[in-house]
Formats: sequence, structure tokens, C-alpha cells
Amino acid sequence: MSTSTTASSIGQPLSRIDGPAKVTGRAKYAAEHAADGLAYGWVVSSAIAKGKVKAIHEEAARAVPGVIEILTHKNRPHVAWFDRSYRDQVAPPGEPFRALYDDEIKFSFQPLALVLAKTLEAARAAAALLRIDYIQEEPNTDFENSLEKAYVPPKKRSGIPAPASRGDAQKALDEAHLKVTADYASAAHHHNPMEMHATTVIYGSDGALTVYDKTQGSQNVKSYLVGVFGLANDKVTVRNPYVGGAFGSGLRPHYQVYLATMAALYLKRSARVTLTRQQMVSHVRRPETFQSMALGASEAGGLQSIINSAVTATSTFEDYQENVVNWGVGAYRCADAAADYKLVALDTPTPGDMRAPGAATGMTLFECAMDELSYAVGVDPLQLRLLNYAEVDPISGNPFTSKALREAYDIGAERFGWGKRPSEPRAMRDGNELTGWGMATGMWDATFQKTSARARISANGGLEVATAASDIGTGTYTIIAQVASETLGLPTANIDVKIGDSDLPASPIEGGSWMAASSSAAVQLACQSLGTRLFEAAQDLDGSPFKDIKFEAVSFNDGRIIAKDDPSRFLSITDIMKRADLPSLEVVETAGPGLSGMVSQVKKARATHSAIFAEVKVDDELGVVRVTRIVVAVAAGRILNPKTARSQIMGGVVMGMGMALHEESMMDTRFGRPMNHNFAEYHIPVNADIHGIDVIFVEEEDKEVSPLGVKGLGEIGIVGTAAAIASAVFHATGTRVRKFPITLDKLI
Amino acid sequence: MPPQATLQPAAPAFDVKVDFSLTINGRKHSFSVEPWVTLLDLLRERLDLTGSKKGCDHGQCGACTVLVDGKRINSCLKLAVTLDGSEITTIEGLADGDRLHPLQQAFVEHDAFQCGYCTPGQICSAQGLINEGRARTAAEIRELMSGNLCRCGAYTNIVDAVEEVVRQGALHKEAAE
Repeated sequence: MSTSTTASSIGQPLSRIDGPAKVTGRAKYAAEHAADGLAYGWVVSSAIAKGKVKAIHEEAARAVPGVIEILTHKNRPHVAWFDRSYRDQVAPPGEPFRALYDDEIKFSFQPLALVLAKTLEAARAAAALLRIDYIQEEPNTDFENSLEKAYVPPKKRSGIPAPASRGDAQKALDEAHLKVTADYASAAHHHNPMEMHATTVIYGSDGALTVYDKTQGSQNVKSYLVGVFGLANDKVTVRNPYVGGAFGSGLRPHYQVYLATMAALYLKRSARVTLTRQQMVSHVRRPETFQSMALGASEAGGLQSIINSAVTATSTFEDYQENVVNWGVGAYRCADAAADYKLVALDTPTPGDMRAPGAATGMTLFECAMDELSYAVGVDPLQLRLLNYAEVDPISGNPFTSKALREAYDIGAERFGWGKRPSEPRAMRDGNELTGWGMATGMWDATFQKTSARARISANGGLEVATAASDIGTGTYTIIAQVASETLGLPTANIDVKIGDSDLPASPIEGGSWMAASSSAAVQLACQSLGTRLFEAAQDLDGSPFKDIKFEAVSFNDGRIIAKDDPSRFLSITDIMKRADLPSLEVVETAGPGLSGMVSQVKKARATHSAIFAEVKVDDELGVVRVTRIVVAVAAGRILNPKTARSQIMGGVVMGMGMALHEESMMDTRFGRPMNHNFAEYHIPVNADIHGIDVIFVEEEDKEVSPLGVKGLGEIGIVGTAAAIASAVFHATGTRVRKFPITLDKLI
Repeated sequence: MPPQATLQPAAPAFDVKVDFSLTINGRKHSFSVEPWVTLLDLLRERLDLTGSKKGCDHGQCGACTVLVDGKRINSCLKLAVTLDGSEITTIEGLADGDRLHPLQQAFVEHDAFQCGYCTPGQICSAQGLINEGRARTAAEIRELMSGNLCRCGAYTNIVDAVEEVVRQGALHKEAAE
């Protein structure tokens, strides 16, 4: 079967199909679902970082008119005993946090009470009147001064590769002609999606719960709630049709969904819990990262040794781990490399995955060391990368399914005008400002996960495609519609995409940049299977024009099945349904690596690559940095929709600019208390910070990485961006800043 | 002797309600609510107009931007009672039935959003900016839209969308003159 190209075909820049709902305010997010008799929950957070709750004085709070109940560890209903009940799909090893479980306080802003009232205002007022007495202990939240306490996590987090060493890196370093050592650090970041974490639980007349949660995985949250509260599987549905950004913060079920569900079950009425922006520091962050690197190279710049050691922060109760170090030892050809990775446990919430977890920090910091090496060798930074280009995966020795990084370097450099770059720092000036040009490489995994999808066609020709995927702004609704449209030759106006519901066919959580590759494969398979069923139904009709031809000899176009060699022989899908007396036809299919007919999983490396070029202007006296131009060339396989794909990359680049210049979650280590937990003080890029961002997708055909040749785009935009900016800042000023973000105080 | 003044603060009074009215998206509403209810919470929790978003509740992010008598404001920082008699336009009031407002259309075409959460505030802010007559260049738009944060990083597309509508508006104006 085949189709002709239409505006909604794969590869076309179709505008988001969920766009009209989002620009008119019709799209309902987690805290926006109405319910009769809704109880508003307001969380009361711990004022201390470590210790115990001594007493909770509730009288004044309970006296506020409209207050329904106050839940604390003293009166909460029964919850599961064992840690395994609280462990979700992405939980690291350890004891998952349980809100209101006992009197122990493990981090500042830990939820200690939930005030429930008939109005938001009453809940807030009562929460302010709740007084808590504490028994304080000394917290440790000082990452920098705890590095000597770093430990190798005894239990590995599932899915995170162990640090990969090869050869004898120390010997190779000792023997190398040139050596560069560099210690780099990156601040903790908070995801800060624009929508605060929130949950509305609708309590049904039969006691069944419909849970609207801000999550990246409705099925992950559902199984968590079933485990924690001992619910029957058919008594809880989790929905997330619209998610106001997440960037990893919605991968694990957080305490707002736990508290809202607990409240609904306890009160037997609908309940909602919305965190404040300040409370958004109390569940998950990108951990503070320290990376120590030693590079050995030949006189010409050929890498001879890489030693890459990293330490990241975790909590005292879970060992959160990410792949920080393997990017550095896996990006370039080098015979001898060593990597190690340790954790420091702090009295904070457990960190978690944030956009390109591990790579946004590990690859970026490594690329900064590569920039230092380029100056030590005296070669152009781009030339250094080309000199050490890895044709095969340096860690496994396996070939790549595809790697058009060389093309990305070439096209990016050409577009940027890299060839005109003076090699010396401080060589370009524009009035009071010094101009600098820098570059870096980006890398991320290209994975594909087992996913199911359902396709159902109705007698009127309307197609419904369904899978429990999430669209966190990534464009999932739109690409699913495009894949279905192309496969069955139907206009997207006739296609209803259903996602964001735990009752739908199984989907992985939205993360790791695997959603596009995975959901597109499942939807294509389901639509192909539905096409086969439609064709068979058409063949069975009296006087069918397809009696003597095979499925391969027809195409699906304009709502019809058409014989390829004789377009006068066709049947419309509505005709087939009517004449075969079918009210609807439905199939469910599962796509996944290793399943029959899917891409082979033979030993090959699967990765997305990018080349980022940045121009900065730095005020010579004030140290103010402006990023005036970014060119990013991305090799990410097949692009399903260039419009939404470009937005994904731009978003990653903007967040990378934040990482380079603004973002830093500050802690008052005397009290273990977050200091800048709001948008006035935790700076993210604003419109005035962003100038030209030129996104280029490099041609990269790949028949092995995933069924549609898709690699995913959610993470790659951020990886390396901060390194390109740091490289440009050094080129402009001659000052090497080894601690992100590069704020002006570090330049003057 | 007069009685000794007490140092204790007065017990908080919770049973206070104030009557006022607002015209919201062309429709007049009468209210009797507590004076501490913000315009944003009134819209979202009492009228189910959830298009206006809460992103910080502190006037730092712009997600709650609505138009009050044509001027853009952060509705989370405004107590509803103080607006008695005002005309409020929210994102729900911009489209003409099924026909999108030019800014809404331009935002869809330029992919000026991803998750969509800051979008109603961006669009209301852009309309307010156009009303101010100051959005003449891309640089001005960038600067004057900087009170509206977008964590998805759709900024350059937002500028493109607003610029297009400003340009079209100028063309229409010329044609009319």
C-alpha cells in the first residue's frame, strides 16, 4: 500500500492539531477539571530541612470557615507498608518518599500537612494558620563541601549504563605529549514547567477515581496509586490529556497526586491539590554536578587518553543516578579511557531526570574540556573534533545505525561562517562588546520502546487512533495524526487522536526522546493492520474490484482504496463499511524492538548527534553576556514534522542558554533552605534574551534505528549548547569559567 | 482610665463579602465574594474560565495575563473587588465564534507554543501590547513581551507571530486610510 503526499503526510510542517484548543483556552490542564463539591487542598511545607515534627497546632486553622479536614501523619488513612509499593517505573534504588507517613523530616519544604477546604482561599488562609513545632537537626545540603564523602552507588539504577572504561587511561595519559586537566561544575536546576504540579481527583458515585494529574505517564501513575492505596485496577483511571510542560519533572508520581488521592479516598469526595511555585522546589531537580577531566593528546591533537570522573547529588533516601560520564568517554575515538561516577547524599528531595539527564551536564562539561584542549594543541575547536571523529561507537566498538555528525559539522559551520573565526581570544570587538565564537558537539541516545496502539474506523469514515502516550508540548498528537493520515490516506480532519489516558493501549512514559519513534511505530502498525482488514472486507463484497489483486497492489488515498495500476478501480472506505454492514472496525497492535517485523536489534550503536555554533557579545567592563546567534545542525534520522521538530530543538537550545548563563538553584546551606524558589530569582531565559536560533536538520536515512527511521528530538537541543556558549565566552574574553552558570560576576 | 490596649492582633474575620460586578468577555456578572479573592482565582475557580493560567501567583511569569479595559495586567496580582465595573477580556473572549482571533491563528501557524500553558497569557499580552501601539519592531516585541515566560522556549516563534499580526494590522490601517 502507498499514498500520495498531502499537507498532513509524514514530513510535512502540519500545524499542531491541538493548537486551536491551546490558543483558545479550551485545553484543560490537571488543575482545571471541575467537580461538584470539590475539596481544595493546600500543602503545608516543612520550615526545616532535617529533624522531627514535635507538634502540630491545628485549632486556629480548623476554625477557618470552610475548612473540611486537615490531614497529617497523625490522622492519615492507611497506606502501603512496603517500599516496593511506592516504586514507580523510573524510581532509583532506595526508599521512595512517602508524604505524611511519619514525623521524620528529610528535606526543607517536605509536605507535613494537607489542609482541605471548600474554597481555595479558605484552604490557603487555614494553611497559613497551622503552626508546627520542630525538633531540629543539622542538615547537610552543601554539595561542594561534601565531595570527599562521595560514594559509588551500591545498587545500580535500572537502565543506566555503568561507567565504561577501556585500556589503561592513566598510563596513556602519563605518556601523552599534551595534557589538559579541568574540573568543571554545574549548578542544580529546577525544571520549573510553567504549569505547577497539580492533581484533580474526581470521586465517582461508585467510588471510582478519575485522576487528572500532571504527569508524563498516566499508566505509571496509575500503577503507583493502585500499589500505594490498594485500589482495584478498574477503580482508577489516570488522565493527562494536556500537560503544561514537564521536562522530566513529571516522570515519577509526585506527592501532589498521592495527597489528592488520599484526600479523595478519605473524604469520599473530589479533591484537588496544586503546588505553589515555591513548593516546586520540593520534589525534583537536575542534580548539582562536578566533573573532573584529564585529556591526553598527541602533538597534532589526536586523543590518547580520557579520564572522566563525575559526582552528582542525591538524597539521603534514594540513590538517583544518571549517565554522566559515558558521553565524554564515548564521543571521540580514543584507545584508552577511564570513567567513574559517584554520588553525594544531601538532605534534599531526590533529584531526577531533567531534559537530557546526564548528557546536558556530562557531555556539556566534557565539551568544555575539549575546547580547552583545542587551545592547548593550537588547533581550531571544530578541527579537533574532526581529527578525533568516531566512526564506530568508542565504548562498544559497534558501528552506528547512522551518524551524520560530520555532515552536521560541515553544514553548521558553513551556515555560521565558522571559517572566518580568528583563532585568538579577544580578537573581535563591537564597540564596548567583545565578540566570541564557540562550538560544541551534542549527543543523545536514539531508543525505541514497546508501545501498543488501537485504530478504529467508523461507518462514516472517521478514524480514531489511541495509545496511552503523553504530549507534554512535544507534538505527539500531531505526529500520530500524520502517521495515521499517511498510512490510511485520510485527512487529519477525519482523525481523532486519543492519548493521555491510562485506559488506552500501553505506552511508555514520555521521556528519553523515545516517544516519537515508539508511538509512530505502533500507530503505523495498527493503521496498516486496519488497512488490511478494510481491504479484506472490500475483497469479500459482491462485484469487488479487488477480487483478483493482492493487498500490495492497492494504495490508500482520499479515503479510498485504489488499485495502483488502474485508478478507475477503487472503493471508498465509507462504501466498504456500508456494503459490508460494518458499524466499525478495530485493531490493536504492538510495536517494539525484537518483535516480528520490527527493526533488528543487532549490535549497533543508536544515537542522535548535533553540532552547535554560538556567537556571544560580552560587555568588556560589565561582563554582561548576550547570545546573539546560535546555529544548530541536528542529525536525528527522519523528521516527522519539521515545524514541531524545529520547536523541540529551539526549546532545548533556549534551556541550554539558561544552563549556560542563568539557571542556578541556590541553597542556604546553613539551614538547608532553597533561596531562589520563584521566577523572580531563579532566572530562565526571557524573550529579550533570545535572538537568532537557526535550526538545521541534516539528512540522515536510517532503516535500523526504529521502524520509521525516527530518532527523537526532545533532549538533543540542550546537549552541548552551554559548552558552545562557554567556548564563545572564552573566545570573546580570554576568561575561562569552569562553573556554570556563567554569571557576570565570574567575568569581571 | 481607658482600658489597656491589647497587643494581640484582631482575630481574622473570614465572613466578609463584597458585592461588585464585572463585564467578562462581553457578559455582565454580579458577584458577592471575599475581598481577598484575586481576579485570576475568580475566573478559574468560580467561573470555570480556566484559560487564564496560574504559573506563579506572584506576578512573575505572565501566564495569568488578561485585558482590563484593554490594558494587559497580571490577574493574579489584582483583587477582583477592586475592578468593580471593569471590562475584562480573557483568552476565551478573543475568538469570534469558531473563527480564531488573528493572534490565535498566527500562534498556531508559527508554532508559537509547545505545551500551551503560557499561551493564553502570551496572546492576551500581545493584544495588550498592540493596544499600546508600541510593537513596531521585532526588538520592541522581544523587550515588551519579556514579562511572559515560556519554559518551552518558543520565544522566536512568538515574536514572529506577533510581528505578523502587527504588520497585517498596519496594512489594514493603510488600506482604510
